[in-house]
Amino acid sequence: MAATLSRVGNIAAKLLKSHVYISNQCRFIGDSWINGSCIDPTLGLSDEQKQIQKVAIDFARNEMYPNMARWDQEEIFPLDVLQKAAGLGFGAVYCREKYGGTGLSRMDASIIFEALSQGCTSTTAYISIHNMCVWMIDEFGNDELRQKWIPQLATMEKLASYCLTEPDHGSDAANLTTSAKQKGDHFIINGAKAFISGGQDTDMNLVMCRTGEKGPKGISCILVEKGSPGLSFGKKEKKIGWNSQPTRAVIFDNCKVPVSNLVGQLGDGFKIAMRGLNGGRVNIASCSLGAAQSSLELARDHVKVRKQFGKHLEHFQHLQFKLAEMATKLVVSRNMVRMAATALDKNWPEKVSLCSMAKYFATEECFKICNQALQIHGGYGYLKDYAVQQYMRDSRVHEILEGTNEIMRVLISRDLLEDRKYS
Amino acid sequence: MSALRVLVGCKRVIDYAVRVRVKPDKTGVFTDGVKHSMNPFDEIAMEEAIRMKEKKLASEIIVVSCGPIQCQETLRTALAMGGDRAIHVQVDGKEYEGLQPFHVSKILAKIAQEEKVDLLILGKQAIDDDCNQTGQMTAAILDWPQATFASKVEIDNGSLKVLREIDGGLENIKVKLPAVVTTDLRLNEPRYATLPNIMKAKKKPLTTKKPSDYAVDISPRQEVLSVEDPPVREAGQKVESVEQLVQKLRDAGLIVS
Repeated sequence: MAATLSRVGNIAAKLLKSHVYISNQCRFIGDSWINGSCIDPTLGLSDEQKQIQKVAIDFARNEMYPNMARWDQEEIFPLDVLQKAAGLGFGAVYCREKYGGTGLSRMDASIIFEALSQGCTSTTAYISIHNMCVWMIDEFGNDELRQKWIPQLATMEKLASYCLTEPDHGSDAANLTTSAKQKGDHFIINGAKAFISGGQDTDMNLVMCRTGEKGPKGISCILVEKGSPGLSFGKKEKKIGWNSQPTRAVIFDNCKVPVSNLVGQLGDGFKIAMRGLNGGRVNIASCSLGAAQSSLELARDHVKVRKQFGKHLEHFQHLQFKLAEMATKLVVSRNMVRMAATALDKNWPEKVSLCSMAKYFATEECFKICNQALQIHGGYGYLKDYAVQQYMRDSRVHEILEGTNEIMRVLISRDLLEDRKYS
Repeated sequence: MSALRVLVGCKRVIDYAVRVRVKPDKTGVFTDGVKHSMNPFDEIAMEEAIRMKEKKLASEIIVVSCGPIQCQETLRTALAMGGDRAIHVQVDGKEYEGLQPFHVSKILAKIAQEEKVDLLILGKQAIDDDCNQTGQMTAAILDWPQATFASKVEIDNGSLKVLREIDGGLENIKVKLPAVVTTDLRLNEPRYATLPNIMKAKKKPLTTKKPSDYAVDISPRQEVLSVEDPPVREAGQKVESVEQLVQKLRDAGLIVS
């Protein structure tokens, strides 16, 4: 009795912390049965990785999960929670400590994003994009840019956006047309970028611009600060998911930016954009893993309480087999994502295709898992009172962005069919 | 008075979110493959010690845990939160099952003396057995004053001013150092360990000891006969009137007739 009371008191305290408590969400991320099960995300991790994962899971279940439905329905970009997450080191996970990053590996980052996205996939996906941008400054920026930007990006006092896609150039990014012409010590940028995560609400944009010849070699990466003359934004897009982060077009009308804001060298932009995306693909695939993990947990809990035809759903073999397939595909996806993360950490030459495989496979399979979990919930799954639909909506876009899954197939087939280039 | 040396107890318990299951043979509850974490009241104790250190009121925070090898994970978490060094008193298997507050308090008292600590901060109880004994027993063994169920602690020139949560409300007391403090829920809100501190915690010293190193006999003084689930809640009844309700309560002996 006393044990139960203190447990209730303790849970009440944890709930007080988050202020908002949605009645149907009476389960906990990382619930008792996950530990030691075949879908336990800690399997195969080192003690230190488990510690890192535990902090991320605790953060997800206390600070994010109780709010995710509200953030979605009221389209709230939760800056306070982003900064709180950054306070623990989630703002610049795989940047060097020298300039303010956390100095962890891509594998660690994947573990973190997977854990956080169980609390809110959309919000974590933005954190992962922010991380990608900070890494691009850390890896390709000069010391001046690093010193100016990384410390405030790592704390998420300042936020970053990645601007590659244009209204007419999505998959065909190498032929983008937004132009930057050098005039004295400034670039004058003209053009527009589409579907920009965080657009207008962020403080800096990493913009891929044409500064030279046609094709990928004429592209440069330029940092455009919020408030630059000639910079404006489109309307906030209405989306199926990813509602806790704004998406807008970013418009450049004779936008004036100092030449010192060039990231890397002139003509390096496409390479920088693609190098950033390798990590971005592992990150976004990790977010899909978290969504699928949570959805599968919810489906499993549902079949244990829902009765039809006089017995619990868990006793129907169709659903047993369905859950087994979902669990297997989740674990296979996780293995693929972690292998790609290892490829980046070890700088394997096959990293581009492995990251593409991870992104294509994990985002597709995990979306299916979320969708099947919704199906198992029946009519309830279609209600916004149940979290499973949000994981499904939020993870759908992972098949489209950071390079569509069709482009992932292009990259993988190219690796198979073309003569290998040794560089 | 110079900055204090603080000892904090960190028990590894079944995570508060876990639905605890009783073993079929009624000898205890399932612990294998079950998520564990630091006792939430001990997290509060850790946080209080760290805040003292941040205000330069404490000089060193030593964290201690008694139990199996996995307790080292809990200690690493405590070090990542801000502890300086850890002592793991290893107790395994059957011996651990029989480990009682009586034994732990003897071990804690010995460590407190060896390490010359000025302040011992413990959780008021652990959320697994809910004993609420260790702090009080440790104070008795050391013959130190105790300030239990603290919801506010202030250091005041060799003494502590402690606001206690008692049945009737709140109580202010003053205790001389060295002393034992046990934490209540509202004392503070513990921090998360940050990623850089998790990395740094790996390099902080962790010593492993045995109860015999402290000359403590941990042979069990009590025997658990049976561990059982609480009774399942039965369906209620509807009544037509207040009179009927009062009658039913009387019949059940719940109100004086």
